[in-house]
Parts: sequence; C-alpha cells; structure tokens
Amino acid sequence: MFEKALKGNNYYWVWLAFLGALMSIAAFCYIRQFNYGLGLTGMSRDVSWGLYISQFTFLVGVAAGGVMLVLPYYVHNYKVFGRITILGEFLAISALLMCLTFIVADLGQPLRMLNVIFYAQPKSMLFYDMIVLNGYLFLNILCGWVILTAERNGEHPPKWIYFFVYLSIPFAVSIHTVTAMLYCGLPGRHFWLSAIVAPRFLASAFAAGPALIVVIALILRRVANYDAGKEAINKMVTIIIYAALINVFFVGLEFFVGFYSDIPGHKHTLQYLFFGLEHHGHVYNNLVPYMWGFVVLFIIGITLLCVPYTRNNTNDIWIGIGCASIFISFWLDKGVGFVLGGFVPTPLEEVVEYYPNVNEIFITIGVWAMGAFILTVLYKIAIGVEHEIEA
Amino acid sequence: MYDSGKIIAGLIIFVLFVTFPIWYNHGDAGAVPKVELPKDTKECVLPADEMRAEHMQLLNEWRDKVLRTADRSFDVKIAGKEYQKSLSNTCMQCHTSKKKFCDQCHDYTSVSPYCWDCHLAPVE
Amino acid sequence: MDKKRRDFLKIAGVSTLAGLGGTTVVDRLVSGTSPGQARASKKADSGHDGEHETVAKGHGTVEEVAKSGNRFGMIVDLRKFKENPALGDKVVEACHSTHNVPDFPEKKDVIKWTWLTGYGNAFTEHSNLYKDQLTLDNDVLVMCNHCDNPPCVRACPTSATFKNKDGIVAMDYHRCIGCRFCMAACPYGMRSFNWRDPRAGLDMNKLNNEFPTRMRGVVEKCNFCAERVGLGKQPACVEACGNSKALIFGNLNDPDSEIRKVLKANYTIQRKPSLGTHPSVFYIV
Repeated sequence: MFEKALKGNNYYWVWLAFLGALMSIAAFCYIRQFNYGLGLTGMSRDVSWGLYISQFTFLVGVAAGGVMLVLPYYVHNYKVFGRITILGEFLAISALLMCLTFIVADLGQPLRMLNVIFYAQPKSMLFYDMIVLNGYLFLNILCGWVILTAERNGEHPPKWIYFFVYLSIPFAVSIHTVTAMLYCGLPGRHFWLSAIVAPRFLASAFAAGPALIVVIALILRRVANYDAGKEAINKMVTIIIYAALINVFFVGLEFFVGFYSDIPGHKHTLQYLFFGLEHHGHVYNNLVPYMWGFVVLFIIGITLLCVPYTRNNTNDIWIGIGCASIFISFWLDKGVGFVLGGFVPTPLEEVVEYYPNVNEIFITIGVWAMGAFILTVLYKIAIGVEHEIEA
Repeated sequence: MYDSGKIIAGLIIFVLFVTFPIWYNHGDAGAVPKVELPKDTKECVLPADEMRAEHMQLLNEWRDKVLRTADRSFDVKIAGKEYQKSLSNTCMQCHTSKKKFCDQCHDYTSVSPYCWDCHLAPVE
Repeated sequence: MDKKRRDFLKIAGVSTLAGLGGTTVVDRLVSGTSPGQARASKKADSGHDGEHETVAKGHGTVEEVAKSGNRFGMIVDLRKFKENPALGDKVVEACHSTHNVPDFPEKKDVIKWTWLTGYGNAFTEHSNLYKDQLTLDNDVLVMCNHCDNPPCVRACPTSATFKNKDGIVAMDYHRCIGCRFCMAACPYGMRSFNWRDPRAGLDMNKLNNEFPTRMRGVVEKCNFCAERVGLGKQPACVEACGNSKALIFGNLNDPDSEIRKVLKANYTIQRKPSLGTHPSVFYIV
C-alpha cells in the first residue's frame, strides 16, 4: 500500500520537502550534540530533564489518545467512527516514533541504549516504559496495516486481528500510566509525588489526542477530499470537552492540596509555575507566561467547543480553532509545566531555571517534523485506500 | 535480458567497488604490526596468543569482579608476584607505552576501544 | 502457494520462535539474575535491626555473591567543621583531586561529588527559623548518602547504579546510558551528569593516575572511595581530616566499630529521614 504515498499533488510534495528540510537541520544539530555531549542543550545539573523529555511525556499522551477512537468503534460498535479509527491508529504510530526519537536524543550514551534490554531491571519504570511503548507501537502497526489491507481488498479483517485490537486498548492506557509512574514514584520530587498524576495524564491525553485528530480531520476535508463525517467530529468534540474538563479539574485539585495545606513541598512548584517564586530576594518566574497561556487557551478552547453557536456552526473553523487551542493548552500544561516544574525547587531547596538553547530547539522541531512527515505519509496511504474503496 | 549492456556494466563496476580494498593495495595487507614488549618481564597474565585473543574478555571479567562484586583482591599472578585486577594499575605498569604497544595492533585492525576515554594510559 | 505448504510454514515458524524463546526463558529462570540485580532487588529494609540481612543468593544464581554483610556509613561531625572552617574546602579538594573530578566554570556543567552547602539546604525537613549564629555562619558537608533503600537504584533501568556488597551505592560507568532517571530520583540532589567531556575541565598533568576519569554522557557521584575501602584504606575525605575525627567512616553493621560507638554516644540527625531512604550518612550538629 506504500505506493499510495508516492503519488500526490504539489502541495503534498512541498509539505514533505518543508518537513524534510526541518529534519535535516535537526539531524545536523544532533550530530553537533552527539559530538559534544548533552551540554549543548540548556539542561543543567539541577534541571536534568528538559525539552526532550517534556515532549516525550506529552507525545505519549497524544499516542494514547487514539484509544478514544478505537474503544467506541471496536468495543461498543459505534460505527460512526468507522472512517477515522485508522487516523487514531496512525497518529499513535507517528507519536510513538516521536517519543522514541526524543528519548534517544536525550540519552547521554545513545549507543548503549540496548543495555535496557540486556540488563533489564524489572524494578525500574523505564523498563516497563520501553516494553509498553514498543508493544503499543507494534500493535498499532499490526492492527492498522492488517485492517486497512482487508478493507482495501473488500473483505472483513481476519478474526485473529481483533485479539490485538482489544489488547491495544489496555496498552493505550498503560503507556501513559507507566509514563506517569516514572514521575509519581520518585520520593524526592514533591510536585510529582501525587497519585493524581496518572489520572491527570490520562485525562489530558484523551483530550489532546482527539483534539489533534479533529484538527487534522478538518484539514484533510479541505486538502485531501476526505470527510470524517459531521457526527464523528461532533462525538469527538464531546469526548474532548469531558476529558479537558476532567484534566483541568485535576489540576485544580493539585492547587487545592498545595495551597490549602500550605506545605511548601506541594506549594512551591505551583507558585513557581503560576505566580513566580521568590527566593533569596530574586523572583523566579520564567515559566509563568506559559502556564497562564495554558489557562487562557483552555478557556478559549472550551468556550469555542461548548457554546452552540461555534460548536454547531456550519463553518467548522471554530471547532478547529477550539481543538487546536485545547491541544496547545495541554502541551503547555504537561510538556512545559509538569516536567520542568518538577525540578524547581531543587532537592536542596534552591531554584535553578531552565532555558532551552537553539540547538536543542531545532532538534525538537526536527523531531516534530519527523512525526508530521510519518503522519503525512501514513495518512496519504489511508486516504488513498479509502478513496480506492469508495470508487 | 533487457538492458543487458547497462546491467553487465553496472555489475562490473559493483564488483570492482566492493573488492576495492583488495586490488588497491595490490593484495598487500600491510606490514604486521610490531609491538614493543616490556623489557623487564617476559610473562603476562596469560600466554601471549591467549592474551591476543581474549584480553578484552579478561578485562571485562576484571571489571565485573572489581566494580560489581567489589572483589579487589590481588589475585592476578604474574611471575610469582600478585597484582590487582586493573588495566591502568597493572597492565599499563609493564606495557608503559600505549602508542608502541596497544595502538600498534588496534590501529592496524581499525579497532578503537573507548576504554581510553576514561582509563588513563601512562603519560608519554 | 497451496494451503498445506502455508500451514506447514506457519507451524515451522511458530515452533522455531518457541524453541528459541523458550530456551532463553528457561535459561534466565534457572541461572538467575546477575549479582548486581540480586543485590538491587533484595529488600533493603534492614533499618530496625543492626544486623545486615545476608544477600539473598536467591533465584538459584550461579555466580557466587560473596556474603560480607558490610554496610559502610559516615558520621560528619559538624562541630569540628565549625571549629575549623578551612577543613570543609580541604575535604572537597581531597575528594575531587583523588577522583579526577573536573572543574567547569559554567554552573550548568558543574560536577561535584561532595560540597558545602547551607544548613537549610542540607536539612530541608528541619526548621531553619532563628538558627544560632554558628549554624548560620557555617556550611554543612554533603555527599551521596549511600542509602540502604536507594530510590536511584530502583530507578536505574540498566542497574548501572547498584548497591554493592559493602552497602555502597556504586556507579558502573560502562553500563550507564545517561538517561538521568537516577538524577530525578535522588531526593538529595547528589548526582552530577557529564554534560560534556570531563577532560576539558581537568588539568591532564595533575591527574591521579590510579583512578580513571569518566566519559561524557554518564552520571557520577561520591562512591565512598570504594576503590580505597576495598583495599582497607579510609576514604580520601576522611584521610584529609587527619586526626580531627571530623569525618568518621566505618561499618555500620559491626556493633563494635568506632562509628557505632560514636553514634551511641552522640545525638545525630540525617537528611530527609521521612522519605524512608535509610541514608548511611549521619550528622552531629
């Protein structure tokens, strides 16, 4: 079916070329980083995880979001999602490949990455992360490919594939739970040491993933003559609304615990993120604009999605903006706020801020471009097959 | 076959390309590396041909014993004396020149072990 | 391809996988885990009794883990450091020069195994309100606590950091993949990462040739001078204190050791005890 990706109009090729250019810049930057060491990023002794791991954390959520399409369609027989389940599965593949690339880009000794398999440590959450991430990637490739091939041949998918489809549902939940467990089991980081981290991650994932799918579906309707259907989009928007509200509710609960208990361990990081933390006469607040960006974009997004005028408008640009707003908002919340916030204050009660540098930013952009590239190719194949079936 | 001219020409170029290392040096594999042996000792941890074949396995064994099992006993016997299991503190005390000993074979066989990124060789 | 051949190939493929996979699985089950894993996975809550549980030789491990039952610990007598303010820097210098720890001017690249920090920074669970002048004026020496229940060892996906048979939390730089999960896990902030080649921060003429440097891309920290302790010597920092007994190092599992006697005779505190890490470093304030 790959031949479907080899034929496209000019916009398609220009888009791929643009992404390819970003990927090349990132490759060059990565070579510089590989030669010098991770010192070529903005990470420091005290903020030892930065942009790469924060993108990985967010993208695992986006990958898990695909289950919000698989679950209704396969388990609850919600036929309306029939045309877009494949979008969710392929998005999961692309997002997972981005995740794995970000992890490799972040390793100090990437050539030794197989040590995680050779010297497997069942007590380490990274071990389980490796298993579930690769497992879910494999499941999505298998299910997506087999079912798409079956559809193309005009047949029912083989019975045995449904075992893997059903397996992918707990896997989707597990990938993000395990990623959350990386954080919520560390005794020294009070901001992360909370049971609500995993539910919060899942809620945010189930909003951000479908939100991205809606945006892409709306784009596909315009550029690829592929209509997901008004009812499907509507149902996804409903799912997004509920998931987004639950996520923000959970964040609100974190605020309550921190500020009502007034215990510094819970409070100081939230103060640093949202209001600025005063320490030894200096106010540290470099992430404050981003966190309020999260709040403002969420309000804009949820309003656009809930208010009937914009939600039911024949012009679906409002839904597109609303979903994009939610996506960026939760990227700020989870990617920027959650991961970077955990390092402030340091275990020695000092404050060190993190600023990514140019090399790091270009690598990050390049990996996102790689994800978009893979996604474009996969969607081209899926849409090509759909058009072929309809013809 | 179709396009037989292009295919045969391509195959010849390919074969020449792949066998380049052989015919470029006229079949000469280069001089066998000459390692400078230590002057004051004739014996090593193991006989020379065993060392040549297995020194990396031996070093890995030492590393695991010393680092992971915390066994730092002086149980390496060379010419009746006991030494610790250490690259820098045992091997390099006799083989004092990395350039004239280790690098001779490593450079010839194009092996670049990263041991030296951390482990210190004697100053030359 | 006709159906019978297809079925044959399917069965052949599955049996090959089962054969290869099955023998590997059985091998792993029978021969057990490596000593590092056996140590790291041993339940480390030996806090209440003084005696150290012998390392579980469990899972039928073939490699003999020598039972030594040591648990090395350190007492930092802050009174002596307050009496002699220059001692702290001397100790740090001794450690860093013995272990070829690089010195980088940029704060983000800093690597430090032991250093001096304020009382409020070291003891975050203790009150820092209206402290006495001596405490305010003097710094506390901090280093890896070599916890008996180390969160960093739990976190490491390759057991590149592990608790060895002497209770020292050691680093295997050969195995570390540089994921920095241990750095996130350490509740005391005692680990440093080689963001760049450490030799750029070292004077190559003033190295301790008996100890290697590290490479870029691995995590490092105080190792309780395992290389000296293994040969019966005292750690470099303890030696730098001379006869002042500002640092006392010994086997916590030996009830007759000097360190246990000093612990019995003096009131000591530890860093972040509520986290259950069971650190091995004690402070006499």
